[in-house]
Formats: sequence, C-alpha cells, structure tokens
Amino acid sequence: MLEFLRRPRTRAQARAAIILLAVLLAVLPFLVEAGLSRSWVRVLDFALLYVILALGLNIVVGYAGLLDLGFVAFYALGAYLYAWLASPHFGLHLPFWAILPLGATLAGVFGVLLGAPTLRLRGDYLAIVTLGFGEIIRIFMNNLNAPVNITNGPQGINLIDPVTIAGISFGKTQQLFGITFSSAHFYYYLFLAFTLVTVFIAYRLQDSRIGRAWAAIREDEVAAAAMGINTRNIKLLAFAMGAVFGGVAGGLFAAFQGFISPESFTLWESILILCMIVLGGMGHIPGVILGAVLLTVLPEALRYLGDWQRAAVGEVVVDPGDLRMLLFGVALVLMMIYRPEGLIPSRQRKREFHAEDGVAAQEQASLYDSRA
Amino acid sequence: MEIFVQQLINGLVLGSIYALVALGYTMVYGILELINFAHGEVTMMGAMVALTVIGLLLGLNPELPGLLVVLAGVLIAVPACMLLAFAIEKVAYRPLRRAPRLAPLITAIGVSIVLQNAAMLIWGRQYISFPQILPQMSFTVLGAHVTSLQIFIVLLCMTMMAGLWWLVQKTRLGRAMRATAQSKEVAMLMGVDIDRVISATFVIGAALAAIAGVLVSAYYGLAHYYMGFMLGLKAFSAAVLGGIGNIAGAMLGGLLLGIIEALGAGYIGDFTGGFLGSHYQDVFAFFVLILVLVFRPSGLLGERVASRA
Amino acid sequence: MAALLSVNAVSKRFGGIVALDDVTLTVQEGEIYGLIGPNGAGKTTLFNCMTGLYGVSRGEIMLDGKPIHNRKPHLIVEQGFARTFQNIRLFANMTALENVLVGRHVRTRAGVFGAVLRDADTRAEEAASRERARALLDFVGLANKGRTLAGHLAYGEQRRLEIARALATEPRLLALDEPVAGMNPAERRQMAELFLRLRAQGVTLLLIEHDVKLVMGLCDRVAVLDYGRKIAEGTPGAVRSDPAVIAAYLGTEAAA
Repeated sequence: MLEFLRRPRTRAQARAAIILLAVLLAVLPFLVEAGLSRSWVRVLDFALLYVILALGLNIVVGYAGLLDLGFVAFYALGAYLYAWLASPHFGLHLPFWAILPLGATLAGVFGVLLGAPTLRLRGDYLAIVTLGFGEIIRIFMNNLNAPVNITNGPQGINLIDPVTIAGISFGKTQQLFGITFSSAHFYYYLFLAFTLVTVFIAYRLQDSRIGRAWAAIREDEVAAAAMGINTRNIKLLAFAMGAVFGGVAGGLFAAFQGFISPESFTLWESILILCMIVLGGMGHIPGVILGAVLLTVLPEALRYLGDWQRAAVGEVVVDPGDLRMLLFGVALVLMMIYRPEGLIPSRQRKREFHAEDGVAAQEQASLYDSRA
Repeated sequence: MEIFVQQLINGLVLGSIYALVALGYTMVYGILELINFAHGEVTMMGAMVALTVIGLLLGLNPELPGLLVVLAGVLIAVPACMLLAFAIEKVAYRPLRRAPRLAPLITAIGVSIVLQNAAMLIWGRQYISFPQILPQMSFTVLGAHVTSLQIFIVLLCMTMMAGLWWLVQKTRLGRAMRATAQSKEVAMLMGVDIDRVISATFVIGAALAAIAGVLVSAYYGLAHYYMGFMLGLKAFSAAVLGGIGNIAGAMLGGLLLGIIEALGAGYIGDFTGGFLGSHYQDVFAFFVLILVLVFRPSGLLGERVASRA
Repeated sequence: MAALLSVNAVSKRFGGIVALDDVTLTVQEGEIYGLIGPNGAGKTTLFNCMTGLYGVSRGEIMLDGKPIHNRKPHLIVEQGFARTFQNIRLFANMTALENVLVGRHVRTRAGVFGAVLRDADTRAEEAASRERARALLDFVGLANKGRTLAGHLAYGEQRRLEIARALATEPRLLALDEPVAGMNPAERRQMAELFLRLRAQGVTLLLIEHDVKLVMGLCDRVAVLDYGRKIAEGTPGAVRSDPAVIAAYLGTEAAA
C-alpha cells in the first residue's frame, strides 16, 4: 500500500489514497482496541510521540548531518517544564496551550545554547559532546531536589495535569456522541494532530531555502560557507528546530503519562530515537516515520516472546524486555553494515552511503588536479 | 589540608585507571579515527569475567590465597577481552572502514548496546560484589588514609603504561602502529600489514581495559553491567583532554581527570555554598570534555583535530 | 576603470612556513586578471585568504574599498565576491538545480516561517530563485541537466556547474581556481568563450590557471607568483618577456 501512496498514477488515485489513509488513521485506535487490546492504543500513542521526536532529531541528524546524541535533553526540558507548570509540585496549574509554546521556546533556546559551543567540532566529537550535555542535564534532574526541591530527584514529579480541551479532560474515560473514548483514545487524536503538523513542517523545511542550506552543510561545509551560507547560524537553526520538536513532545509526554522521572530521559532514549532514524532512512520523512513506528511497536510485540517461552519450556527463560535493547544493538550494527541507507532511503542517502559514481567522479577530479 | 591530600590520592588512583582505559580509545582513534564506543563495555566485560572466575574458584575452595585467585581471574579476563575486541573489530568495524564517518560511530554504539545487554542477560541486573580476599593494609600519609590496594593500583597502572610505551616506541609492531597512524596508504606501501596492525591495536587496548576493569571493581568492591558506560565516557574525556591519538596524552589526561574529579567532588559543596553536592562528581568529566573541545580541541599534547568539514 | 579588489602587502604563515610574502596586487573593475605561477607558489592560498577560508597574517585585502580580510566567507560572498574550487566542491548528492539554488541563499531572505507557511513573498522569492537558477544553468550550457545529481555529471559539466553556482550569488568579482584543468582543447575553448561572455555581462574575473596559452590569450593583466612572492605583474606581453618570470616560471615549466 505504501508503494501505491508514494506513486499514485493519477490525481484521482492520489485523492482516493489520501482519503483512505485519513479514514484509516481516524478509526485506527478503535480497530486496534477491538483487534488487540486497549493497552495497544497506548502503544499507538507512543508511536505517534516517537514519530514527532524522530522527525525532530531528523532535522539535526538527517538534514544538517549533525550527529546529536543528547537529543533527549530537550525532550526532558519540555516534560519538566510541563510538570512544573501543571502539577501540585509547585502548585501551578497552567493550561496545556499556555505551556506548550513556553516549552517549545525553552527547548529551542537550550538548543542554541548547547549547540553554540559545539559548532566547530567534527561529526564524531559533536556526538560525544552532545551526549555529555544530555548526561549533564540528566544528572541535574536526578540531584536538584536539595537544598531547593526543583526536580524532586529520582522520584520524579507526580500527578501532572492531563490535557483539557473544551472542558473535556483527557485523563479519564468518557462518552462522546455515544462512543466511549478512553484517555488513550483522546491522546491518540491529540498526538495525531501534532504528528501531522510535524510531518507538514518537516516536508516544508526540507524543500526550502533553509532545507537546502542544511543539505549543503551536510554535503560540504567549506563549500557551503564559500557559497555564502552563514554555517554557524544555519547549524544553530537546525539544533533549535530539532529541540523545539523535542520540547513539544516532552510536554505531550508529561501530560499523557501524568508522571515523569529522570529515568525516562537517559542516553538510551536518545539512541533509541537515533535508531529509528537510521533504521527507516536518515533524512527521509516516510522512512523516519516507519522507523519510529516499527521500533515502538516491535518491542511491545516482543512481549509475546515471553508467552511463547512459557508455552514451550514452561517458564520465561529470557525476559523479552531485556532482549529489546540487545536486539536494537544488533539491528544498528547490521543496518550499518548491510543497508546503511535505511529501509526506505531517500535517493540521496542511498548514494551517499554506497560510495559509488559520485565519489568516483570526485576522485577523478582530484586526480586531474594533482596532475595539472 | 587532609581533605586535599586525601582527594589528591583518590584522584590519582582513579586517574590511573582512567588512563589505562583512555589508552585504548586513543590508540584506536590514532589509527582509525574511530571513537570505539564499545571500549568501556570491554572494560566491564573484563571485570565481569574476572569476578566469575574468582567466584568459581572460591566456590571450589574458599581457602585459596586471595591474591592468587584474583590473578587467575585476571589471567582469564585478559585473553577473553582480547578475543572479544578482536571479534568486534573484525565483525563490526572492518566492513565499514571505507564508509562515511557516521556509519562506524553508529555501529560502535550498536556494539556497545549489545555488550551491555548481553552482560545484563548473563550476569543479571544486580551489583556483583568483589569478595574481600585481597590483603588490606592501610597507611597514613600527611593525615590522609592510603590503602595497599590504592598503592598497588597506581603502581600496576604505571607499569602497564611504561610497558605500552616500550611496545610502541621500541618494537617492530609499535613501529608499524606508528606508521599506520601517520598514513595507512604509505604504511601499506612500505609492507605493513594494516589489518594485523589494526587488530593488534584493538587487542592491546582490550588487554589494558580488562585489567582496568578488574582494578576498578576491586577498588569499589563492585561490578555491574552498566559500569562500563560511565567509565568509558570518562576515559574518552581523558583521552580528549590529553590530546586524542597521543599515547602520552592519554596517560596525562587520565591522571588529570581523576584528580580534577576527586578535587571537584571534594570541594563543589564549598564553592556553591552547599547548593551542589558530591553527587555531581560525574558532571566534571563532561565539563572538562566540553571545555577542552571548545577551547583547545587538540588537547594538552595533541595535534589539531577540530573542524575539517 | 576603478580598483575592485586590492591586495595590500599580504603575508600568510603556516607555522614556520611562509606561504605568501608581502603580496600586493590590484584587480580593476571589468578586467580578466590572471594569476599564474609554478605549483606551490601560493596561488590557492591567496584565493583562500581573499575568500575568507584563511585569515591573513599581515596586510589587508579590500573589495571595492571595504576590508574583507579575516572576515567570514559568507560575508565576503555577500559583498559580491564568489569563487570556485580547484578540486571541484559541489554538493554531490544534490541536483544541479539545487546546487545553483544554494548559491541563491545569500540573495534571498526566506526563513523558517516562510518555509513552513509559504506565504506569497516566499513563493515569489522561490519562483524567482528557480527561474534565475535555470537561466544560469542555461548560461553555462547545462540547461537540460537541472535534475541530474551533481555527482553524476561529467567532469567538464561539474566545472561549469560550479561556475553557475558561484554566479547565483550575483558576484561582481568571480575567482576561478584552475577552471580548465583536465579539459581537452575543445572544452577549453568553450570555457574561454564562457569567460568572455561573463565579462560582457559585467563580471570581473580573477583566474588561477596553468594553461599559459589560455591565460596569455584571455587576460588583460597577469600577475606571477613564485615562492609566495609576486615577481611580476602587467600585460601578458610584458610578463612573457620579463626575465624573472622566464627564470622562475617559464624556465621551469616550459623547459620541462
């Protein structure tokens, strides 16, 4: 079906595909609830949340080519800001719509602050430094509970307000138009709306003056500067844009969970999001979406491994939850070796990773140079 | 003053362990320009394997002399880690030697995840304690408390580093390594077997890491599947501080970082009026890393490494 | 004619090595100015100093009376000075058209909000950019290659695409680093003809070239660098008969 969506033959077919997709997305949580269980609707919500995160990180890693391993810091900032402003922790209960822009702005500002000192660094150093920033933020979250209790330390912040829209609290199950909506259903539609906006923005950015500047920096930073691109500002812009998506996703996460703690914002979360991008196809929006959905849903499906083990040998030998990260690691290695361009690559990336004609031509050119 | 001397000693001990691990990062980086993210996990594996052997031996006969038991653990852990590093390089890094820069880094992260989670599956999530079988003596120096284990760690690390220095400077293999670090192409033309040199680099680094792993678990009395992550990051920071790719730099960087960290943890409370406490110890390594990369990316002893697009 | 670019007593040191030693030269508006010299004479270093990739150790470089030495490359481009590279540096995985559009960056304004909202101004700007980029591809003879990835273009086409990309920044002064290196005589003639058309459009050209015949035939004035120093400057005829040049440059290369 994806093929059909990507290459519609006629305008009518394209329209039909879009309508089909829209209907499918609209009824999906009910299908999933009926076919699997309500807990799978929550998995669906998380899949959407990760699509937002992965598309955000994709701006930094996929578009601008800056390997950021501290992305989770912005996710954490958004989540903590929401928790501070909408929970009994400080006794503040601001509405969702007021906090979200604040979270986005705060994350964006931090994106610039954290990005600024790292801009001179080459790719792999950048990765380690951003990782360091992510860890620093996590260590602070863990310890800023004394002498002034800001983050409540490892216990995290509880009883965070759910989103309320038009008087409907998303926190509890309700009847609307004769249909039963659980909290997971409400958040599904909220997250879907945010996901669609994110996808839209990601596409628009990619195909723009700014998007081309990012691609140019990714391809050859010196040439980009020599063509008049202010590489420092454009890289910072990538950091900031990525961070904004991270911050928004963090706010959504806090409201959805009702509880946050530093545990949700470890380095592995950053790496998980990076895996989604790598798996699907760096820099390519459909690939990134696929990667995010796959890596959210597969670990859940892995839980069935426990049942199979019980059926086969009578007990759970290997906890499937423990297998999850192991398999991610294996997948990362295998992907990089056998299919570095991802499952659905963009045409550019495919070529970039399989050094072929283009590079050969460049090498030829430099050959000419040394001879001349 | 006692606090200062005490923290200086603690820092020296930790720092010499960091230095040992940092050598592995720096040697690999010097030759492949690859941040071998999995090196910290190799260190952890060294500790885990040694502790398993120690546990088995003590299970057979609890009366065995402690030093001998630990030595047996090390003698098994070192080749095990060497083999592991050899396999990692061959399976995960070698196929990507000509790939774009980010690819091997991502693979390295993947390997690191695999090792960490494999260790968790094998040894479980709980802390494994290092049995109290080593002879313990303690001394008082300038009012500070020093144990025989601390002295042993520092001396052993110094000996290992001296050995490595000799290997790199004086032996045929060392010469081949230095040539390969200068230019792979030229070394190849001069008849150096690059693949062997690279394998050897990984294997030597792993041997040092295995020993460091055992030392660190003996020092803290604990091992854990997660211990390699922070240790690896700190050692990497140490390598960068000294100037990555530079062997003397890794040694210097390790010692310095250990001392900075210990003094920082000891005094941060005073500096911040009690607002920040010693739980922030882990932050120092990252601050050092970031400051070095921003203000002197070549490190203390290294050559220039900053941006080349 | 007025001085468009003036290089005053510029020196550039790398550690102990002096790559440029007290170089002074002036490029007049509207001329084709050649920079020649043996390999390692410092020509590309001078280019890199002029275009902001290197800082200068001493001296000053003025574009149209305003200092440009030690400034960021993008600011120099903004002032109307663009360049190409000796070892072609295209964005290999972007199409030819996208490469040229990157060159438009400095003359366009659309930011993140424009990109996302695609308001009327942004759409107009983008349309104008594309039109201009296509015109430039046409100008350098790549009209039907717009959708080809730059890395897939033939060698000579890549050289021309690099020129189109530089032209997209609307330079008054265009610096070309060995633009005909590795080309056959027919391609060289085409390039020479392209340079003349460029000058006719009012672009001043600064040319590093090894092809002495091309330089002598095309340039209004020529400077000769050797070991980082300018050893001669003047009309091609005058430089050709300069004994210092014959000794240093023609003496080594022509005799070889």
